[in-house]
Amino acid sequence: MSAAASTILEGIRRNASSGFDVEEVRRDFPILGEKVRGKPLVYLDNAATTQKPRVVIERLDGYYRTENANIHRGIHFLSERATQAYEEARATVARFLGAADAREIVFVRGTTEGINLVAQSYGRKFIGEGDEIVVSAMEHHSNIVPWQILREQVGAGLRVIPMNDHGELLVDEYERLFSDQTKLVAVTHLSNALGTINPVGEIIQIAHRHGVPVLVDGAQAAPHLRVDVREIDCDFYAFSGHKLYGPTGVGVLYGKASLLDAMPPYQGGGDMISSVTFEKTLYNVLPYKFEAGTPNIAGAIGLGAAIDYLSKVRLDLVAAHERELLAYATEAVSAIKGVRIIGTAREKAAVLSFVLDGVHAHDVGTILDQDGIAIRAGHHCAMPVMERFGVPATARASLGLYNTREEVDALVGAIEKVKRVFGR
Amino acid sequence: MTELSELYQQVILDHNQKPRNFGELEGANRTAEGYNPLCGDRVTVYLQLSGDVIREISFLGSGCAIATASGSMMTASVKGKTKAEAEVLFQRFHGLVTGGPDAPVNPEALGKLAVFSGVFEFPVRVKCATLAWHALHAALDGNRGTVSTEEGGRRET
Ligand SMILES: Cc1ncc(COP(=O)(O)O)c(C=O)c1O
Repeated sequence: MSAAASTILEGIRRNASSGFDVEEVRRDFPILGEKVRGKPLVYLDNAATTQKPRVVIERLDGYYRTENANIHRGIHFLSERATQAYEEARATVARFLGAADAREIVFVRGTTEGINLVAQSYGRKFIGEGDEIVVSAMEHHSNIVPWQILREQVGAGLRVIPMNDHGELLVDEYERLFSDQTKLVAVTHLSNALGTINPVGEIIQIAHRHGVPVLVDGAQAAPHLRVDVREIDCDFYAFSGHKLYGPTGVGVLYGKASLLDAMPPYQGGGDMISSVTFEKTLYNVLPYKFEAGTPNIAGAIGLGAAIDYLSKVRLDLVAAHERELLAYATEAVSAIKGVRIIGTAREKAAVLSFVLDGVHAHDVGTILDQDGIAIRAGHHCAMPVMERFGVPATARASLGLYNTREEVDALVGAIEKVKRVFGR
Repeated sequence: MTELSELYQQVILDHNQKPRNFGELEGANRTAEGYNPLCGDRVTVYLQLSGDVIREISFLGSGCAIATASGSMMTASVKGKTKAEAEVLFQRFHGLVTGGPDAPVNPEALGKLAVFSGVFEFPVRVKCATLAWHALHAALDGNRGTVSTEEGGRRET
């Protein structure tokens, strides 16, 4: 037996004794019982969005059936109850991220809105002409375009942290990008296109040495890694509920209270004010200053339920399960002749991006889909990454807590089928 | 595997592997690029138009098997045709792959292009099949630059 295989087996034994049972977990997700084109669904597109456990679906249903009301404004019973549930969800998120205070948790639409909030509020106040923002070469478009919009608005510049051929950021080069003009670093915790886990702690430490705050895009990391915002000492952290087994349309921006306090509101409207006259408006306290209008109340409550679910199955066990599965999948898929893995960093999680010699990723995706296997094929909203690796697109299998080795075997079988269709 | 073999017919796989009229065209007087922002596929169509007639045509780009084969077979089928004839063919081809109101009653009228009828079962691949045609249409219109499959809110379904 190979060393990797014996590590995997040992891991499985360990999991069995520590209580992570993937078959039991699968029963928590109703959609996994569905058939796709007459075949059992093999869902390997978790980096795009994850499936929802029954407890989340039922929490949304229960909210609408028995608790629905607007929050922070009614004096009636239901409004009080909805407000309480919404604020409990905020406290749950704060604990999940290790935040010092629930005031530092702003509910937004998702990672994208969280980043745009920082760009437009923090950025327009504290970043000016000639200043620079540092991003990395492996960012999702949602951590590039908001900074380009800001660049147009205020005349700032963008600097890019390069990476090596494995898809690892070059930390030494990064440090050389700093000047007196550097005003913000925005970097992903876990790359959606490559699976690289970035050393955000070190990246943040370096930035802080230069007095520069750091925003971490946690869209991919939050569902797979334990995150402690105080331990890594980031200034902002954004993630999306729908990638964390929660509902769509809700996400979180964490910000240090001192920074959020100094920032102007992002949008104006109800709930974000404490008093309005036509002459002057006083803004509400944190976090409400950043939550204009009726928020996604059900979504936030559903996200709280998703986090409770993850805590119950234990994120550390989930991470161990996914780590073993990724090792297994990497070994099995790289063994297929003609496959090249894109993204071979030492520190990786949940994402397996690959190209198949002579076959476009789209064709791979279509043929896999015929077997009920859902993967993503394309540029993964990270076109600069595709350019860096000289490929137009990749096929990407991305893992979640409910995936199994049998599903990886099905993936491998289907890739072999692609090769047969294409006569390779 | 029937739908799959409908889509990836041998003719399509051949054209994908050895695309005809592939490369830049010397002496081209019209060119346009087709771009699908959803997947990053790009194809440039080069034309030598004399009067109303497509004398020479070639294409260049990177895309999936459907996009590449479609570009290859398109260039073969419109060479020597007039602008108007090429546009009619595009309409019919579009109808064929979308199953829309322009769908030809008799796909054989499309000649070899009829092998793309399998695309109809794969709605997400329609854009792949029509990418080169959109570029041709733009080049015939005299547009330079890039046409996007997502332009003007018009989405192929
Ligand atoms: C790394 C990364 N950042 C940001 C986003 C954007 O997330 P959302 O679309 O939920 O706002 C994604 C989603 O794919 C992502 O993978």
